[in-house]
Amino acid sequence: MAYEMNFTPVFARTPELISGTIDTIVLSGQSIVIGLTIGLAVSILRVDGPKWAAAASAGYVEAFRNTPLLVQLFLLFFGLPYIGIRLSADHAAILAISLNLGAYSAEIFRAGLLAIPKTQIEAGLALGLSRLQVMRYVVIIPALRVIYPALTGQLTLTLLGTSIASAISATELTLAGAKIESQTFRSLETFLVLAAIYISITFAFRLLYWIVGLWLFRRSVPKTGSAVATLSLPREAET
Amino acid sequence: MPALRIENLKKSYGTVPVLKGINLAVENGDVVAVIGRSGSGKSTMLRCINGLEPFQEGSIVVAGHRLDQSRANLRDLRKEVGMVFQSYNLFPHLSVAENIMLAPRVVKGLPRDQRELLVRDVLSRVGLAEKASAYPDELSGGQQQRVAIARSLAMKPKVMLFDEVTSALDPELTGEVLKTIAELAEAGMTMVLVTHEMGFARRVATRTVFMHEGKIWEEGPSAQIFAHPATPELRSFIATDLK
Ligand SMILES: Nc1ncnc2c1ncn2[C@@H]1O[C@H](COP(=O)(O)OP(=O)(O)OP(=O)(O)O)[C@@H](O)[C@H]1O
Ligand SMILES: [Mg+2]
Repeated sequence: MAYEMNFTPVFARTPELISGTIDTIVLSGQSIVIGLTIGLAVSILRVDGPKWAAAASAGYVEAFRNTPLLVQLFLLFFGLPYIGIRLSADHAAILAISLNLGAYSAEIFRAGLLAIPKTQIEAGLALGLSRLQVMRYVVIIPALRVIYPALTGQLTLTLLGTSIASAISATELTLAGAKIESQTFRSLETFLVLAAIYISITFAFRLLYWIVGLWLFRRSVPKTGSAVATLSLPREAET
Repeated sequence: MPALRIENLKKSYGTVPVLKGINLAVENGDVVAVIGRSGSGKSTMLRCINGLEPFQEGSIVVAGHRLDQSRANLRDLRKEVGMVFQSYNLFPHLSVAENIMLAPRVVKGLPRDQRELLVRDVLSRVGLAEKASAYPDELSGGQQQRVAIARSLAMKPKVMLFDEVTSALDPELTGEVLKTIAELAEAGMTMVLVTHEMGFARRVATRTVFMHEGKIWEEGPSAQIFAHPATPELRSFIATDLK
């Protein structure tokens, strides 16, 4: 039983695929920016904050790392209206994915902060810097360098996770694909095309992370050290 | 008013007393060497002086700032009390010039043109004028330590604390760092330096303090301390060092 592939009906929906792609890029980009901001703040509170803030941060991280993203999405979209907060599907998606990434990245950031020797922090304090200034000028960049591979790996997972937002009909690529599939009945072709688009988006984002890494760690691209090795371009993107 | 006055300083880690009532006065321009066995509390005392360690009893007045259990106004104190560590602790992602400029920029708000003058000034004082744009991992240990001294000098401290700043260095590199410190001493900087370099303490320090079991066991002019140690503990300490 040979199946005859026919992509024509799928490609006929190119405009929808393009707008779905753009929606996914926007949703990912917004969630990454918001999520990393949350993650960084929470990790600093957890490592260096007052006791109650550290405890609250730990609670948030545990709650979001031990529940499925889909359930978080449903809670925000279907659950919040019962307490009077009504979010559009797109906003619920951004919020859920950001909070989810915030929790995961907080753990990664925390590992980076803890990897910086205490003596570096003391040297900063001894120069008269405040704790926040020490964080900002002394700790962050070397800490980021330690965790950069883990962090960008997480960002790729988060990007792919935006697909789940289709479950609440947030506008993004998987939802666009599902609609095309249900109308053309070309399931194999549709989802192959989706997969190819996701791969392209992921590689584009990874290329971006690589460039950002070169810029962030430009001063510490060592003649001897290992930062460059851990920052190498995703292999697939080189071809 | 002395540059540093420590009164009845007591500090313990948990239930273990580490400093058991330290009294010390250091006048402006004094160079005080602190010697003593490992674990006698030398580093702990130094770290109390700029507030890196909290303490339970007593008080410290340094460069006109009073430090007690409340730990208020620590940052004002630290602006005027420099500290150099055994492990240099240069910031690896910043160039030599940026390491030096960081605190003057973010703590004092010094404008850019003055910062550049400052970098040139302090680097020339440690003999590394040509290294401003190098990164720490491009420097030898001795050079890194001299940059750390320059970085501390850039805040124009009234008192400088040195904690075994040559202990991590090969003998050939120790000399260049000690020379830098000796030049600072000559220029009138008030310094407290924990050191295992007895020869250096004797030559450069105006006074030497011998710590033993969390107390200042013996102190006096360096010449006298080394030539005529009064206590058996100091005698045996000096004797082991000579071996
Ligand atoms: N963070 C800490 N927690 C518990 N005990 C500590 C801590 N830091 C130092 N101590 C103890 O305090 C005592 C004094 O330590 P300190 O580092 O001041 O000695 P030191 O005279 O500087 O020794 P060294 O010559 O080896 O540097 C030691 O017994 C040490 O074990
Ligand atoms: Mg010590």
